[in-house]
Amino acid sequence: MVVYGVALLSACLVVGMLIGEALGVLLQVEANVGGVGIAMLFLVIASNSARFKSLIEGASGRGIEFWSAMYIPIVVAMAARQNVVAAFEGGMLAIVAGVAAVIVSFALVPLLSKIGDKNSDENTNTNNEVDA
Amino acid sequence: MELIETVFVRNSLLVAFAVVGATLWISYLVADKFTHGRIHGSAIAITLGLLAAYFGGKFTGGNNGVADLTLLGGIGLMGGGMMRDFAIVATAFGVKISELKKAGLAGVISIFAGVIVSFFVGALVAVAYGYSDPVAITTIGAGAATYIVGPVTGSALGASSEIIALSVAAGLVKSILVMIGTPIVARFIGLNNPQSAMVFGGLMGTTSGVAAGLAATDPKLVPYGAMTATFYTGLGCLLGPSILFFIIRAIV
Repeated sequence: MVVYGVALLSACLVVGMLIGEALGVLLQVEANVGGVGIAMLFLVIASNSARFKSLIEGASGRGIEFWSAMYIPIVVAMAARQNVVAAFEGGMLAIVAGVAAVIVSFALVPLLSKIGDKNSDENTNTNNEVDA
Repeated sequence: MELIETVFVRNSLLVAFAVVGATLWISYLVADKFTHGRIHGSAIAITLGLLAAYFGGKFTGGNNGVADLTLLGGIGLMGGGMMRDFAIVATAFGVKISELKKAGLAGVISIFAGVIVSFFVGALVAVAYGYSDPVAITTIGAGAATYIVGPVTGSALGASSEIIALSVAAGLVKSILVMIGTPIVARFIGLNNPQSAMVFGGLMGTTSGVAAGLAATDPKLVPYGAMTATFYTGLGCLLGPSILFFIIRAIV
């Protein structure tokens, strides 16, 4: 049933959000700490596990795929409800700070991605050694 | 007119689906016919959305872009946090655990690097603009992280509402620029695989910006970027009013 997949997806998000909120309280920050990320991990684990097969295969899986496919339309709606006026009217300081932060962060992507490469190489090496 | 309003308001979410669907249809048509696929249809749609949000905000004076127009109220629900998070989590369906493990360490490092770098860039700009109060500098720096970290940090430190508004504006500029800029720079920063997407999400941190930016670049990368990005705001709210504030106070 389609709804099984939707239910699994919803449950992952709600539980992830609860953990994120709890982490926020524990760390004494007024924010949800990684709730969505934790929910995604749950869904990844569920969709890679045999135990949840009935909730992710066939019609159930299509219930999740539907929402995954609705992602871009939802993002377009999200863009349409941003406070773009406030961003522009924050003055030059806000614009310069925002632009500078983005440029520096963009520039760091290739640098930090290299850490990932090296790391994965090491992983494959150790895996090979274990295999040998 | 009243008749239309009643029906539109009563069925606001359905109106939103129809309007967004039409926007995407036009955008993909334009992308296909006029740019021959060089610009992604979703990038055009997101830009149209932002433009609409600007004019909607100008017209209504509200904070929610086009969603403050009575007839388009459903856009607020469709593009709100709940639906956004629901769809983001759904994109994780089918992600391989091995891909996540491969970029795990780089992903974690990138979240810390992202918060700290954006913070200090924002703080430097604040200093360059003549701010010398550590609370103001910290709040503006936190705003350059995300538009949530800014006000959370500002209210924790007792910053004035003017400074908090400035920090929100800086975060909004960042988020919008990431939405528009990501597909343009993707080629130059090697943003074409799950690992670099995780690093990218961690460095940028703005969930909306990363979500839209990656969607316009390559939808397959979305779950990887979103996964790290969602930890960023939490980390920022943790570091902003504490360690980062202490550092700024010690320097100034």
